[in-house]
Amino acid sequence: MKKTVLNSAHQRHGARLVEFGGFEMPVWYSALTEEHHTVRKQAGVFDLCHMGRFEVVGDDPVTALDKVLTRDVSSMKKGQVCYSLVCQEDGGILDDILVYRLPDRWWLVVNAGNRDKLLPWFEEKLEGAHIVDHSESLAMVALQGPLAVGLLAPHIERPKGRSLETLGYYRVGAATVNLTGTPLQGWISRTGYTGEDGFEIYVDSEHAEAVFDALVDLSDDVHPCGLGCRDTLRLEAGMPLYGHELSEQIDPISAGLEFGVGLHKTTPFIGQSALQEIESRGPQRRMRGFTVDGRRPARQGAAILHEGKVVGEVTSGSPSPTLGVAIACGYVDSGIPEDASLQVDLGRQTPDLKPHPLPFYRRETEKV
Amino acid sequence: MSEVPADRFYLSSHEWAQEGDDGVVTIGITEFAASELGELVYIELPGEGEDVHFEQQFGEIESVKAVSALNSPLSGQVIESNASLLDSQEPITDSPFEEGWMLKIKPADDSWKDQLMTPADYESQLNNS
Repeated sequence: MKKTVLNSAHQRHGARLVEFGGFEMPVWYSALTEEHHTVRKQAGVFDLCHMGRFEVVGDDPVTALDKVLTRDVSSMKKGQVCYSLVCQEDGGILDDILVYRLPDRWWLVVNAGNRDKLLPWFEEKLEGAHIVDHSESLAMVALQGPLAVGLLAPHIERPKGRSLETLGYYRVGAATVNLTGTPLQGWISRTGYTGEDGFEIYVDSEHAEAVFDALVDLSDDVHPCGLGCRDTLRLEAGMPLYGHELSEQIDPISAGLEFGVGLHKTTPFIGQSALQEIESRGPQRRMRGFTVDGRRPARQGAAILHEGKVVGEVTSGSPSPTLGVAIACGYVDSGIPEDASLQVDLGRQTPDLKPHPLPFYRRETEKV
Repeated sequence: MSEVPADRFYLSSHEWAQEGDDGVVTIGITEFAASELGELVYIELPGEGEDVHFEQQFGEIESVKAVSALNSPLSGQVIESNASLLDSQEPITDSPFEEGWMLKIKPADDSWKDQLMTPADYESQLNNS
């Protein structure tokens, strides 16, 4: 199993470590629910070094990327971050990624479990550009939660004296990180996977442990947080997870990710005609959100029933610490009406599923 | 290090079995298992009169993160199930060897202990994992 540069930090902070995406990662340090509330109410620190950080290098990275990504990359402004899918010809999803347009270069952040699959794919499909894999040399840590901006701002210097507060949501920029006693040159983006305001910080891997510890020490309100709560936070926020809501057998239209697809962008991209066809005839199944009656959470793979027949499948489910009930999402046949009575097959029990709009949770002030 | 009480026997999948004066055997999961599971949200146990079988699943326990099987350390008949756990699983986390007991079982035969690990065996399994 691979380890991130923060592995010894996790052990020092008392993490329980599990396998995720081929890496030994913290699932929690103290307790999942407590860490979940820390991020919703205060701020939590996450190790994201397992994710892939790819630089796209070439004469015309914009056109090269536009041909392999669903999003209209050419319209991205300097300093902008975009969510995009990487699709196969048939529209099946190879990965969901973030695209970063830095002032003078292009970056992609991809899922840990898809790093090894995407490298040869991009190698083959990118025309006139190639990937330089910085996943090992550049670390990525996140500070997420309503207190993040106030706690972090005094320690971040941006070009032309801009404050951290003025960095918009889904924006990225160069930053001098003054957390460790030595000014570190890196990048900072106002992005995350929790549904809260927060930042992702990129510094050379040799400084990762010092930055991680300094973030945890910013205040008594800040705690290291594991992937366990990252999963419940993203599920509440209605964000898909590859291997659950997304796979090579699922297309972005069925997944409700139309916003991440430039269906009619001028540069043709891999999967475009398949996705246009799915869009025009309507997907056969759709992503839906539910609360589950009773105490027992529905888990990935549980069958969704209507009048005793299987009409769908749960992709993710968990107790929701914020809502205080069990929540689930999954694919349901498009022919089943929104208000149809649905149950979930949990073995001895088949509790009712009540439709719930996605996302389950939205923070009060969406910062711009 | 997790506690391993000397007054009972163990299964390698982290269940314990303790014999009472009346020959009835109480079973549950160990402190190690409880701490590995983390926060519990649900448990499913068999009812009175149902049969359980050595090393076979007798129920399910679910944490915030995942579902795990509960395996029986002996064969026999359930004479009591700890119904209070259905409402709150906290006793399993807080007191896995006492208040967190799960079932009382009438053993199918007297030799049930022969198949189980002694406290010393189980402790060395924990130390070597």
